Amino acid sequence: MLKAVYEWIDGRLDITPMWRDVADHEVPEHVNPAHHFSAFVYCFGGLTFFITVIQILSGMFLTMYYVPDIANAYASVDYLQHKVAFGVIVRGMHHWGASLVIVLMFLHTLRVFFTGSYKNPREMNWVIGMLTFGVMLGLGFTGYLLPWDNKAYFATKVGIEIAASVPFIGETIQNFLQGGDIVGAETIARFFALHVFFLPGVLLALLAAHFILIRKQGISGPL
Amino acid sequence: MAREHEEQPMHPHAPRRQMTRRQFLSYTLGAAGAFMAGGVIIPMIRFAIDPLLKPKAVVPFVKVAELSQISSQPVSYSFQTLQIDGWIEKNVEQTAWIAKSSAGELFALSPVCKHLGCTIDWNSNPQHPNEFFCPCHAARYTPEGKNLAIAPAPLDEYEVKIENGFVYLGGIRPNTIAT
Repeated sequence: MLKAVYEWIDGRLDITPMWRDVADHEVPEHVNPAHHFSAFVYCFGGLTFFITVIQILSGMFLTMYYVPDIANAYASVDYLQHKVAFGVIVRGMHHWGASLVIVLMFLHTLRVFFTGSYKNPREMNWVIGMLTFGVMLGLGFTGYLLPWDNKAYFATKVGIEIAASVPFIGETIQNFLQGGDIVGAETIARFFALHVFFLPGVLLALLAAHFILIRKQGISGPL
Repeated sequence: MAREHEEQPMHPHAPRRQMTRRQFLSYTLGAAGAFMAGGVIIPMIRFAIDPLLKPKAVVPFVKVAELSQISSQPVSYSFQTLQIDGWIEKNVEQTAWIAKSSAGELFALSPVCKHLGCTIDWNSNPQHPNEFFCPCHAARYTPEGKNLAIAPAPLDEYEVKIENGFVYLGGIRPNTIAT
């Protein structure tokens, strides 16, 4: 049945070469944990992407109940976590996944650093990876405010104070992030917009560039 | 050489119907992948469809009118009910048209038109006296709520309870008085 559907589509669109080009590549021996168990360090990038996919999915589902507004944010999070079936699991995935993404991305960066994989011709991909790291931290920072509890409020206040201490442009950054004179209604609205539209858009563009470069340049050779 | 001998099938002419190693591995990998993907996706789907599976809230009865004041002429009564809307709970004003039928039975009609949900009014169209009339698309109903024009069904009614000379109204159900 599945095979017949695939063949019907393939006969019209010739999709086999497309997915072969994307997915059908042999894993080199030095990055395959089945050959050398220590090669598991090469999995961190893929694991980061896997968790990122879970973050995007669980985040999409959370917005079915979440309301980005100072009067409703806390109550809507409380409602979706305690009154909606599996709310604690879906929010838990997003909560723990957020930390896990940072950890895995850091391990991936260490692996690239210590195997020297950032060297010619892969310098651009290192830069793209660093930009991705920044976007991920931005996602973590903007997402932290959204439950609008005490921890969220004061973490954001402190974060914005730190940003405000940047010489010359600190106050401008503060005003941009805060949106108003205080951390309040305007802050949560723009943090939500950054968290669900702007930063994920930038993130997907960077990841696409990251993966295209890996395809073009191949995995770096053994040590 | 000895190995080659061992690998000879027991019955050389019988077709081998065993699974190949490659098939076994790809099925196992597919099943493990589906299990993990399911573990991620199923909680999310259940989370999203939760409103469909929530039990309907039981509507409590509210004291609305004095029994002695109800006549055969429908009169609109307003009353407050607690509406639970996710994380927001608030009192909302409801309206009921209360009257007695020709048989002397008390009934309370919902003001929501059964055509497309506008609000009906009593005796508001001079061309159709003593009827409920909807201003949106001119749907009309008898005093008992039977649909005369446009609307596909009679007006819904509130559940009625009479205690100590007072009328209490509860949840909304399909009309039972109009014939």
